[in-house]
Amino acid sequence: MTEPIVETKQSENKEWEPKIIAFLCNWCSYAGADLAGVSRIQYPSNIRIVRVPCSGRINAYFIIKSLTDGWDGVIVSGCHPGDCHYISGNLVARRRFAILKELLEFFGIEAGRINFMWASAAEGERFAVLVRKATEIVKKLGPNTKFDKKW
Amino acid sequence: MTETDIKISIMANEKPRIGVYVCHCGVNIGGVVSVPDLVEYAKTLPDVTVGREYKFFCSDVGQKMIKEDIEAGLINRVVVAACSPRMHEPTFRITCKEAGLNQFLFEMANIREHSTWVHMKDTEGAYEVAKDHIRLAIAKARELAPLAVQKVNVEPTCLIIGAGITGMNAALDLTSAGYKVYLVERSATIGGHMAQLDKTFPTMDCSSCILTPKMSEISRDKNIELLTYSEVVEVTGYIGNFEVTIKKKPHYIDQVKCNGCGICVDPCPISVGNEFELGLATRKAIYIPFPQAVPSQYTIDMDSCVECGICAREDVCEPGAINYDDKPEFITVKIGTIIVATGYDEYDPSGLKQYGYGKYPNVITGLQMERLLSSFGPVVGKPVKPSDLKDPHSIAFLQCVGSRNFREGGNKYCSRVCCMYATKQARQYKEKHPEADIYIFYMDIRAFGKGYEEFYESAARDYGINYVRGRIAEIRENPLNHNIIIRAEDTLLQQPIEVEVELFVLSTGIEPKADSDSITTLLRIQKSADGFFLEAHPKLRPVDTLTEGIFIAGVSQGPKDIPDSVAQAKGAASSAIGLMAKGEVEIEPFFAVVHSDRCSGCGMCIQNCAYGAIEFVDDRSFGTIASINIALCKGCGACSGNCRSSAIDIIGFSSEQLHSMITKRV
Ligand code: FES
Repeated sequence: MTEPIVETKQSENKEWEPKIIAFLCNWCSYAGADLAGVSRIQYPSNIRIVRVPCSGRINAYFIIKSLTDGWDGVIVSGCHPGDCHYISGNLVARRRFAILKELLEFFGIEAGRINFMWASAAEGERFAVLVRKATEIVKKLGPNTKFDKKW
Repeated sequence: MTETDIKISIMANEKPRIGVYVCHCGVNIGGVVSVPDLVEYAKTLPDVTVGREYKFFCSDVGQKMIKEDIEAGLINRVVVAACSPRMHEPTFRITCKEAGLNQFLFEMANIREHSTWVHMKDTEGAYEVAKDHIRLAIAKARELAPLAVQKVNVEPTCLIIGAGITGMNAALDLTSAGYKVYLVERSATIGGHMAQLDKTFPTMDCSSCILTPKMSEISRDKNIELLTYSEVVEVTGYIGNFEVTIKKKPHYIDQVKCNGCGICVDPCPISVGNEFELGLATRKAIYIPFPQAVPSQYTIDMDSCVECGICAREDVCEPGAINYDDKPEFITVKIGTIIVATGYDEYDPSGLKQYGYGKYPNVITGLQMERLLSSFGPVVGKPVKPSDLKDPHSIAFLQCVGSRNFREGGNKYCSRVCCMYATKQARQYKEKHPEADIYIFYMDIRAFGKGYEEFYESAARDYGINYVRGRIAEIRENPLNHNIIIRAEDTLLQQPIEVEVELFVLSTGIEPKADSDSITTLLRIQKSADGFFLEAHPKLRPVDTLTEGIFIAGVSQGPKDIPDSVAQAKGAASSAIGLMAKGEVEIEPFFAVVHSDRCSGCGMCIQNCAYGAIEFVDDRSFGTIASINIALCKGCGACSGNCRSSAIDIIGFSSEQLHSMITKRV
């Protein structure tokens, strides 16, 4: 499925651009991304944003599903520790993703494809910086092909 | 089944027919990406039956276009691709509702804040992002289900944190509308910083004369529960139904028995720096913050007290009010709305070594100058030099200390009051000492308020105050007489100048309270980059926070002067009244639900729920399973994130909806 896409990209002779799905918590990071917009801070156009109530909403399944469905990277961003609108959702999430990351690495999925980060509603600039960083990491890793069915 | 229930079940069974509305938002979106192309693209996606574009869908005309499509039966799901849902989701939900469509059959694609505004130079990228965001929104819209709104009662009581001029005004507005107020202040008196001021610009009316009547009004008002020397320690619940725990710190003096006679003060052997006088005077360990304090009861500062027992003697405290074993007391109250008015700290200039504050005695801050000028201050309104307690013959003010400073250690913002207070203080001194030389070193004079420009003009013209534009390069002290020698450049005349003054006042700015973090954690509200509390919208919702039912007002939201603080207090009060007057609010019905057939009863969700909203129940067919108490559930999803059997789902952000967005990468 993915191969033809890769081909067309190459034939256009353009640099390959990763597509990253970003789950942003409604209270901090989504608002931070809004602020980046309001402040017209520019960042690479590689992320697609999905609004979720809290980073704690994201379970391992969503992340794995994103990777198996061909997204090149995943960002989960929530409030700073201690600032979660729902008290401890981000802490629960942090624990969950620490384990998930190791598990995926064990399977041979590069840890850099999954980026967990904090950005508050006031941190438009920080949000942009983090997106730039994550994009760079994923770009270096190249297209996510580990899940392609080759048989 | 009520009528809405029936309607909802009908809507849920219909095959989705989605209307996609792509907004130009003037040139904000339309100027970067091709809106017609986006519409054409959307129309190619499954289940999309209508695609339209318009300049401003949020306008009346735009909303009407959507309504007409709903009413004509063309669509039963609405996707608007425009700005952030945090801006206009409520608007379009109402649109749907008015046209007879369940308001939760609406989804927004954010293609302004998250696309055209952040990829302005990368128009191709912006187009791709916009396309994808529209596709994701459509994917989610297909999975949307109609929901019944939830209504919750709003308790007719308001908690106000901070009893400065802002909190006090809000409190009085609320009680005059008939609501009960809990006014919590952590220091021993109400009044805040305004009580420290002498006169107020530009009208020169005396601060106490307008403040103290308000203070006594507060103490008299039966509907205000005044809790001074108290702190909010816990807030749980949600809009309309907060449960708030307040700690009353021990005064070590029985506040009922104490009659405020003050005989205990003189015999107390311990003297410490007086916070109210900013260290310009001392107070005893047993004290009242200032003579007009409300309530006018005494407090023992146990950090300094040595428990010598003198004040407890019968001949000193006749009513026997002293109690060294006083304990903190905790009260819990039910609250409908909360107003935060915690004020500010004065910028501490000791970090700016070049200005010699704390090193040279004759360098003071603006607020200290205010105390020196105050008729009930340490020198009864006759400012003196700290070095020898004589009248200064010359004074220099330095503006923007700690403000408008983009280097390390300063604040970037303008503190908005310093230009005017320096001008005011200079005029006040000039009135009594016409012969004195007064300089104000400034970057720009910002005299923006009503009557401010006139006030400043006349200071320069009629009072002969020297305004010197330029930063000070260096100051040093004349070792003989403690005078301050200032070297600066007058950037208007482009000349270096050197003056020797007897008193040097740093017009220090305003800072967020040092411990404002404790408030943000307590109330789950946010701060903006400058450290002040964040408003829900900078223009249209200036006193709302992102947490419903909680409002902010006064300087805690950002630097402002007294009139602006009072205006915000009134705004916050009327917003709170609006909620309480209706008596109930609609909240999003986004809760967790348990699929009983899948739940294995492992209890992981119970551990992860921060609200104690999940418990085990015995189900007849499935045994021990989790069950959600929707009165406590906030729909955060921490439970479902950890559920191994995918048995818990979150309405509004369901697994199916998120899944459909994830897989819709084409
Ligand atoms: S609400 Fe932002 S991480 Fe929980």
